[in-house]
Amino acid sequence: MTVVPTMAPDGPIVAFNDVHKRYGAIDVLKGITFSVRRGEVVCIIGRSGSGKSTALRCINGLERIQAGELTVCGKDISAASRSELRRVRQDVGIVFQSYNLFPHLTVSENIMLAPRRVKGMDRATARTVAEEVLAKVGLADKFDAYPEQLSGGQQQRVAIARALAMQPQLMLFDEVTSALDPELKGEVLRVMEDLAAGGMTMILVTHEMAFARHVADTVIFMHQGRIHETGPGDVLLAPQTPELQQFVANGL
Amino acid sequence: MTTNQLIYLIEGTGWTLLLALTGFLGGGVLGLMIALMRVSRVTSLRWLSYLYVQLVQGIPLPVLMFLSFFGLAVAGFNIPAFVAAAVSMTIFAAAYLGEIWRGSIEAVPKTQWEAGESLGLTDFQQMRDIILPQAIRLSIPPTIGFMVQIIKNTSYSVVIGFIELTQAGKIINNAIYKPFLIFTLVGAIYFSLCSPLSRLSRRLEARLRSRGA
Repeated sequence: MTVVPTMAPDGPIVAFNDVHKRYGAIDVLKGITFSVRRGEVVCIIGRSGSGKSTALRCINGLERIQAGELTVCGKDISAASRSELRRVRQDVGIVFQSYNLFPHLTVSENIMLAPRRVKGMDRATARTVAEEVLAKVGLADKFDAYPEQLSGGQQQRVAIARALAMQPQLMLFDEVTSALDPELKGEVLRVMEDLAAGGMTMILVTHEMAFARHVADTVIFMHQGRIHETGPGDVLLAPQTPELQQFVANGL
Repeated sequence: MTTNQLIYLIEGTGWTLLLALTGFLGGGVLGLMIALMRVSRVTSLRWLSYLYVQLVQGIPLPVLMFLSFFGLAVAGFNIPAFVAAAVSMTIFAAAYLGEIWRGSIEAVPKTQWEAGESLGLTDFQQMRDIILPQAIRLSIPPTIGFMVQIIKNTSYSVVIGFIELTQAGKIINNAIYKPFLIFTLVGAIYFSLCSPLSRLSRRLEARLRSRGA
């Protein structure tokens, strides 16, 4: 798949600048700043309630931010209109913890829906794309299956394929292996490793410390709505702050 | 009871079915609009549809019938009893079907909207391609169940003199005065119309539950 950059390829693809997000009286994000380069793999880790999922969901506008600046694929989405947001979402794939496949559609229909409706792709082309992305996640034989006929790991791989079919510039993963038992986690993680190896820009919220250490270019540790520590994957071996030390110790 | 009287009852049954069908179709179209308004992003539409549902659910059907028939006549519109009854049934069914379908739409997990939204689909596309197909599946058992209510409630049109099954029974009874026989027969006819629908509704509901949908 060819990715056509809509901006200078050397600028950051995602840039948070002092981003704040509140739910009512609760400050979920208390001013976070970081940026992601093209081709970079970033893992966001932290306890539940640290704001990591919220930060991820801000990137494709599922959550709107209240203060600060957030630029995604060259577009300031803090002030984006609904149609501008839709445009950005075509370039940003997201995969959820609970897969969120459309249960009334077959695997191929799940994948072809957005390319056809949003990109206006004709049926034959969309079919080819669906075959391609399904092969990429190793599920070419499930083309006509319904989601309920698949295992959790397979469903999650279809969800990845569905996002890839839009040929995104950036992929977001929101705890995509958390609902899977250990045996099924592996097959999903392998697909993600392949994607990373293929140069896909990826931002993951994850509890998979081994994956974060080996695959991530950058690990971001979030704590109480702030970025507490950040560094390359090896930061998990030698945490600088007591909070990350404790988090890593509990996680292993 | 003569053959002619029996034919009269069967004709009345026909009118009952026609009235029920009209009410269901009219109420279906209006009810879908109400359901969509109830889940709309636009506050005024939500508010308007809520008001409609509250109003109609708070008024007895016979009163709606009186209003359509006599109320409109006073206002200068002389409409046949069937039309008044059909309009009333439509207004009535729309309020309930609207609520049933709103519930079905809301029963589709919010994450399905999120998945569609994240793929860049418009609100309309999310509704048409993702939410409604799942909501329809969920709504079939309660909708069929409500058709039973529509059939039975057509009998309220006796208050405006429309000759459907109940009224036909009343008229025959006035002639031969065998209320027990006649209204047993009338009741049996209603039962034979409603019972299969009730059973179908329960069966579909059980199937939906066993699928874990």
